[in-house]
Amino acid sequence: MTARVLIVGAGPAGLRAAEMLVEHGIRPILVDEAPRIGGQIYRLPPNVPGFQRSANQLYGFDAPKAHALYQRFAQLQEQVDYLPNCLVYDVIDNRAQIRGPETAESIDFDALILATGAMDRMVPFTGWTLPGIYSLGGAQIALKHQGCAIGSSIVFAGTGPLLFLVAYQYARAGAQIAAVINSAPRSAMLSQALKLAAMPTVLAKGLHYLNWLRQHKIRVLHGWRPMRATGDCHLSLLEFISDRGDTLEVDCDAAAFGYGLKPETQLADLAGAHFAFDPLNRQWLPQTDPYGRATDRPGLYLAGDGAGILGADAAELRGKLAAAAVLSDHGLGFDGFDPNAALRQMQRWQRYRQALELAFPFPDDCAADIGDEVMLCRCEAVTAGDFRGVCGQLGARDLNRAKAYCRLGMGRCQGRLCGPAAAEIMAAELGVSIDSVGRLRGQAPVKPVPVSALAATVGTATGEAAE
Amino acid sequence: MSGQFQRLADQDRQPVDLTIDGTAIQALEGDTLLTAILLHRDHLRQSEFGDGARGGFCLMGACQDCWVSAADGSRLRACTTYVVQGMSIVTAPEAGA
Repeated sequence: MTARVLIVGAGPAGLRAAEMLVEHGIRPILVDEAPRIGGQIYRLPPNVPGFQRSANQLYGFDAPKAHALYQRFAQLQEQVDYLPNCLVYDVIDNRAQIRGPETAESIDFDALILATGAMDRMVPFTGWTLPGIYSLGGAQIALKHQGCAIGSSIVFAGTGPLLFLVAYQYARAGAQIAAVINSAPRSAMLSQALKLAAMPTVLAKGLHYLNWLRQHKIRVLHGWRPMRATGDCHLSLLEFISDRGDTLEVDCDAAAFGYGLKPETQLADLAGAHFAFDPLNRQWLPQTDPYGRATDRPGLYLAGDGAGILGADAAELRGKLAAAAVLSDHGLGFDGFDPNAALRQMQRWQRYRQALELAFPFPDDCAADIGDEVMLCRCEAVTAGDFRGVCGQLGARDLNRAKAYCRLGMGRCQGRLCGPAAAEIMAAELGVSIDSVGRLRGQAPVKPVPVSALAATVGTATGEAAE
Repeated sequence: MSGQFQRLADQDRQPVDLTIDGTAIQALEGDTLLTAILLHRDHLRQSEFGDGARGGFCLMGACQDCWVSAADGSRLRACTTYVVQGMSIVTAPEAGA
């Protein structure tokens, strides 16, 4: 009997992993939360008549890559047990708990490849919960998946490659852009120009977006951070502050912001991955070997941005590498795939990522900007002031203890949004390094699941045990 | 006030009728609940903690800031739930919450 391999996530990493396994005699189970393949980066519009934009309109320069993935999966789909609309909400030993639209079930696996992707990394500011304010990735999904703009006069803020890309996509689609405001100074990008040129096509795309915005007289500023959103129950004004302390006001009815990406690691945590602090990403990452084998956790493999941000092109390679590791660990070969070439290419992506992180630096001094009145945890309505009180007075010296005291990170999103900023605030408050305050641990279910589903799964498990 | 979201593309789709907090609205097939609601008004729901209105945030099922209720009381994540003809949605916090 061949190995039972479960892949979580049908983005570039998960799809390439599935392809590699099928090509070498394994029929994988591919579970994905979305109704259609592609992940967030190559997300397809809903499968109903009337969504008519071409791949070029949806994905621009990346259309050929998106198209290649869709086509390859169409060829392979009969050889994959593909479960769309299904959430893996827990992993216990070698069993995954899955919630579908109608069902709840457990799937036992010999190997688990987690390709869970990433989301925007946020730094909150005063008023950021006002309607009209979205993450950069969210704004991109509104356009790509729904054909909608998030507002009629839009500011794009924060930093990262996504900032200029989303602004460009919006402008091309006919949206009205009030301003594009990079939190990093222009000098940060210039300082990395040579290293970024190591991937000339990627750099050329980025420069194209910036030049296009400039040519179309869209206001692009560098070195300003969003400080305060105001409006009567709704965004109407965004205030920015420069590194020198100057302020700037921009009228708008919508804004999208973010500071690079944050890996989705909750399932890796539950599955037993070991984590280490990564100074470059300034985040805790699941530990693996170069192929994606989880350290000291047999049967667990990680691929794509969920194992540390390297982007969609690298994710395709990482999916293949993880699948190669699974094949190898089950005594199977992987003809036609040269892992050494893939690993060399991975090193190029890692060097490129270092340059990107420096070109679009996360504001690691942001704790000082976040006033006590700022709503830090959107889910449980915990302000930065509430949280600081816990750090100081109750003696909590790590994030999980603080969570128990004030509910930060205990809500429905499990700290996905507040976690990075909370770590910065706690480290600043205690005067310690960011890695010493730890990380918010993943908890099952990783996303909200009806109690009825949990009960059904428990029923299945005990039923099987009784047999 | 008018809607928060603005349609830019793919508008030639089948209409879908639904009710939001008692108001009849028309959406298009393939709209998420979040899209349908925000095309008609400037917020999605009220925070359970009384700190004001919310409009959703990540649109990718991660932040969980867009949960609303169906008329039968079941909870729906507005950014990942598609509109269905005849749906009735309540966005206000449940009584006693």
